[in-house]
Amino acid sequence: MIAVDPGLFSSLDPPRLAGSRCAGCDTVAFPAASGCAKCAGTDLARVELAERGTLWTWTVQAFEPKAPYRAPDGGFTPYGVGYVELGDVIVESRLTGDPAGFEIGMAMRLTLLPLWPGPDGTPVVSYAFEPAGGLG
Amino acid sequence: MSGFLAEVAIVGVGLHPFGRHDASLTGMAMGAQACRLALADAGVSWADIGYAVGGSNVSGKPDTLVGVLGLTGVPFVNVRNGCATAGVALATAANAIRAGETDLALAVGFDKHARGAFAASPADYGHADWYGETGLMVTTQFFAMKDRRYLHTHGLKDRLLAQVAAKAFRCGELNPAAWRRTALSEDEIMRARVINPPLTQYMLCSPSEGAAALVLARGDRAADLCERPVRLAAVAKRTRRFGSFEVFAPWLPPEAGPSPSVDAARAVFAASGISPLEVQVAQLQDTDSGAEIYHMAETGLCEDGAQQELIDLNETAPTGRLPVNTDGGCLANGEPVGASGLRQVIEVVLQLQGRAGARQVPRAPRVGFTHVYGAPGISACTVLTALSG
Repeated sequence: MIAVDPGLFSSLDPPRLAGSRCAGCDTVAFPAASGCAKCAGTDLARVELAERGTLWTWTVQAFEPKAPYRAPDGGFTPYGVGYVELGDVIVESRLTGDPAGFEIGMAMRLTLLPLWPGPDGTPVVSYAFEPAGGLG
Repeated sequence: MSGFLAEVAIVGVGLHPFGRHDASLTGMAMGAQACRLALADAGVSWADIGYAVGGSNVSGKPDTLVGVLGLTGVPFVNVRNGCATAGVALATAANAIRAGETDLALAVGFDKHARGAFAASPADYGHADWYGETGLMVTTQFFAMKDRRYLHTHGLKDRLLAQVAAKAFRCGELNPAAWRRTALSEDEIMRARVINPPLTQYMLCSPSEGAAALVLARGDRAADLCERPVRLAAVAKRTRRFGSFEVFAPWLPPEAGPSPSVDAARAVFAASGISPLEVQVAQLQDTDSGAEIYHMAETGLCEDGAQQELIDLNETAPTGRLPVNTDGGCLANGEPVGASGLRQVIEVVLQLQGRAGARQVPRAPRVGFTHVYGAPGISACTVLTALSG
């Protein structure tokens, strides 16, 4: 499998997201940034983000977005979207699992999201968070 | 405002109704009509205008309007600042008067959008392609997620979202220029098609078509041009600061920061010397009904969490203590992005002049407020006051 954007991940197996940490003020950004949004510093190092966190807010994308959204080969089906608090940073993410069970504060863990086949048939993946059971 | 800065007053308003119009009617043509209506309202001609500012997001370069209105050589600035376009256009026109460039200025905004939710290009907002392709770059998702977080944090009920929308359509019913003029019950709104939960289709405004224009005058000329001029007490605009939860944000810091609406509102109240508690009629960005709820607090009109009681008691209706979006707002008018902020100002002007018809706020309001907010985290606010007694 290949990542939809290689910059998102520090590892695909196990899945780990890559961000950046500012040497000046410790602000963590995702995806990795070249300049710090808080202090305007430019000394940023790549860091691996936590793979577990809690759901900060969420919704469901119930209608098919216009391009540049790309539906999976089987066609569009509604999907969850949320922000997951990972300690140093809150990350926007696709959500998997049943939205009927989603609630703010629930424990979430990182997973891979299959998107579509690449040019040679290799699956292209992005990241998602799924319920990890219980409150975080 | 004192010292060297000139007072600025609004002396003419022109609105091309928002909604869906004939396919052959261009945004630019609606803009020209709004300009002519505003000039006629002020009793001046296009040749009298010494400075013009125009805003449009998708319907062409506003300064080409000179080809239709008249080639007078007038300086004409184009603005393209998302949903805050019209607020920025107004600020720019007012500043031209304050800078002494002209006695009379015109601000116009127009747009004609395709149906359905806006599609945004990741590159236009500094994001890589994955962000759009994987379905995270949808404005309505943000509205739903900010609403859910806000309602949760401040202990407000989801039903408030339907109450706000029902009020918007009741106001639309009273406004001949509104697009959506049929009242809907809260239950109808709650049961409608879900777009992004907790939002249903009637809780979200739709992109639409329309135009709005204002004629502004230096304060000492206002009384000659207008029976009841409205003073632009202050106008302010801001971009987002660190920690603000914004549309099209792949990440947020855990520490919350003030939204640009908070900053712009604080700035405009400070500059005008008027307290948010003095506001008698307000127009707030209601891209969705939750936005009206949290913008009430972000702009300082009420405390976080106080919306439940205010809305339950109908205080935000035209007859209430804090009338909000008396013309039906974006929910009942739709949003031609370049014109929306000027529509808001026009409604407050009409209210302060006692010209708002069936939706007129009683007891002759004298202090009004407008607020726009847009991607990627910008806001513009005005404070408007009645000049004559």
